[in-house]
Amino acid sequence: MPNLNACGCESHRPENELRRKVIKIAVAGMAAPWALTGGLAYADITQGDRLVEEDAEGTPVPLKVADLRVGKPMLVYPFDLKKAVVRNDSRLKKIVLLRLPESDLDPKTKARAAGGVIAYSAICTHQACDVKTWLSKEKALVCFCHSSKFLLLEDGVVTSGPALRSLPSIPLALDGDQLVIAGAFNAPPGAAA
Amino acid sequence: MKTCLNAVALGVTLALTAHYACAAPSDYSPVTDARLKNPEPSNWLQYRGNYGGWGYSPLDKINEKNVGRLELAWALTTGQTEGHQAPPVVNNGYMYVTTPGAQVIAMDAKTGKELWRYKKDLPAEMLQLHPTNRGVALYGDKVYVATVDCNLVALDAKTGKVVWIKQVGDWKALQYMTLAPLAVKGKIMVGSSGGETGVRGFVAAFDSETGAEAWRTYTTAAPGEPGGDTWPGESYKNGGGSIWITGTYDPETNLTYWGTGNPAPWPTEGRQGDNLYTSSTIALDVDTGAIKGHHQYTQNDAWDWDEVSAPVLIDTEVKGKKIKAAIHAGRNGYLWMLERSGSKINFVDAVPFVHNNVFKSLDPKTGRPTYDEARRPGFGKGPVSFCPSLWGGKDWPPEAWNPKTGLFYIPANNNLCAELPEAEPTKYKKGDLYIGYPIEGVLSSLRYRDGKAPSSIGEIQAWDLKTGKQVWTHKFPGFTWGPLLTTGGNLLFSGGTNDRKFRAFDARNGKVLWETSTPSGVTGVPSSFEVDGEQYIAVLSGWGVDAQRTQNNLDTLTGVKNAIPQGGTVMVYKLPK
Repeated sequence: MPNLNACGCESHRPENELRRKVIKIAVAGMAAPWALTGGLAYADITQGDRLVEEDAEGTPVPLKVADLRVGKPMLVYPFDLKKAVVRNDSRLKKIVLLRLPESDLDPKTKARAAGGVIAYSAICTHQACDVKTWLSKEKALVCFCHSSKFLLLEDGVVTSGPALRSLPSIPLALDGDQLVIAGAFNAPPGAAA
Repeated sequence: MKTCLNAVALGVTLALTAHYACAAPSDYSPVTDARLKNPEPSNWLQYRGNYGGWGYSPLDKINEKNVGRLELAWALTTGQTEGHQAPPVVNNGYMYVTTPGAQVIAMDAKTGKELWRYKKDLPAEMLQLHPTNRGVALYGDKVYVATVDCNLVALDAKTGKVVWIKQVGDWKALQYMTLAPLAVKGKIMVGSSGGETGVRGFVAAFDSETGAEAWRTYTTAAPGEPGGDTWPGESYKNGGGSIWITGTYDPETNLTYWGTGNPAPWPTEGRQGDNLYTSSTIALDVDTGAIKGHHQYTQNDAWDWDEVSAPVLIDTEVKGKKIKAAIHAGRNGYLWMLERSGSKINFVDAVPFVHNNVFKSLDPKTGRPTYDEARRPGFGKGPVSFCPSLWGGKDWPPEAWNPKTGLFYIPANNNLCAELPEAEPTKYKKGDLYIGYPIEGVLSSLRYRDGKAPSSIGEIQAWDLKTGKQVWTHKFPGFTWGPLLTTGGNLLFSGGTNDRKFRAFDARNGKVLWETSTPSGVTGVPSSFEVDGEQYIAVLSGWGVDAQRTQNNLDTLTGVKNAIPQGGTVMVYKLPK
């Protein structure tokens, strides 16, 4: 179990250690819940969860890096591979993936990316709208409701608009060619009260 | 009754629904139909002060001669950010405001002492496209608020305790409410916002005592209903026609008038037809909810020209003829002069009050516009530009009518157009946007009329309805999002600009007589009232929602970033003794 602080988020820990651990767990077929944060809507997101497209129809298919087009964000939900259940019972679990050329990623961002894919909460920290539009020139994700912009290559920090809090990120890893959740959100997803 | 000290402790420990109460100013005077029909000048009992939607206070102790000496009487922070748009509603010393976050604050209107505060617990994962609220309704001994999670809440006016809560719609389907309820004859009427989320708009009435639903009337006509043939297939089911703003009411005919929003999605290819009753005004029977009359301002709207404001009901002379008028400054940029004839709404005249390049002509008998189809955005057209912009000649901020000056006032935005990109295929999905254009195209759609920055955008216009002519105009360099208040003291009050100012104008000629800075931008509906013989002017300061959205868009055009601070404050002004 990772260390959890009062907000139910994971405390800082070396990214490489986490990545090694998730790959190890996934390979062993022992993916286990780690974010047991009672009462939080996103608490059941589990290390080793796969990711599936929000609007996918039919049997959920775990996403691979190659399923993402460079520069095209995709809204996804975590997928419990063992139970074959998409964790989409709460919008707070919604994640936005963005694939970028790996050469564009600084070391810190690269450490929580997988195959050039980075992952953030898709829920704006202002009023909880979906954040899913990529402005490539500004390297920012913009919220469709009130135009808050978050710099995805700078830890999701707000660059303009009414949001006051950075967009929470969540680390990814690879299991073979599948994208895998490799840790917890670095801050609670969702809008400020 | 809990003490204020306990209240502070409660506020700290409870993030959930909470209320408390402190000592009240006096006994509470129940609000009756008779009082709402003939409101005493000292009070401001509903959204626009009276059923006609005038935004007029007959009080004249503050007037054009002394308004320059107006000063702050008291102020109170709301503790919320985002768009504060509600009027301070006052009943014999009790003041009520609503704020974003489904909050109601009761205060002593004279001193600003907080009496109680109610805040509804909102679902953590609920998104808010329009985080705002436009005020309470008072009826009997209760206060009513319509919330952003689509509930109607009745509170005890003296204590703030919840009497009942009624779920009106499904917030997970992005039905939400932003309007002040309308109270008439034991019914509390509300409607659902959500023109960009594929709702089917409605007005619904609830029993003031029990919350039981009396009727619900949808604003998009189903097959077999009058107007049902103006929608193909089942497109009416997610056809929009949302309700954003409080209706007006004519006691003589027992009809209540509402403005309806745009049809959805925005591209018209999938909904050929007039799409009744979107972008219209509708007249509903208060007892049954039946639609008795309507006038559609923009048939088969493709430009997001919601006509959210209810028409202002005035018995006056319009272009030489004394009529029971219904006047509306449209999002489409035309000033509509209509006649209430029994249950019917007849077209009298309409004139543009801002630049419109979509309407080629109006039918002189019906007012039906003929469009320049090259200005209709949609599929296979590439980018299409049109004027006025998506936010129109006048958005939600209400107009005002002053029977003393005989002038009708409009908070307008001119010289702005929009360019929408090629439409994109869209399919209704519960809980998501249902627009039909790439959102980045919508958010960056503003264009200047002549391709370069105009000398002015925002305008307050004064119109003489007798002649159909504009009498005066005050121009602002940027947008105005300022609702209007006019008074018997020959004054017109408004904020709405990004410089955080709140101003008083001479209602006869537009001269600025007084202005003051407030903590944020003023997008609240101003009101006026009297306590112990003193007249007060009250308004909420608190920038956000579309004022912020359009400012961002303008900043992109100009390359100059404007930072307008957020945070709500109740501001109350009076003359020095």
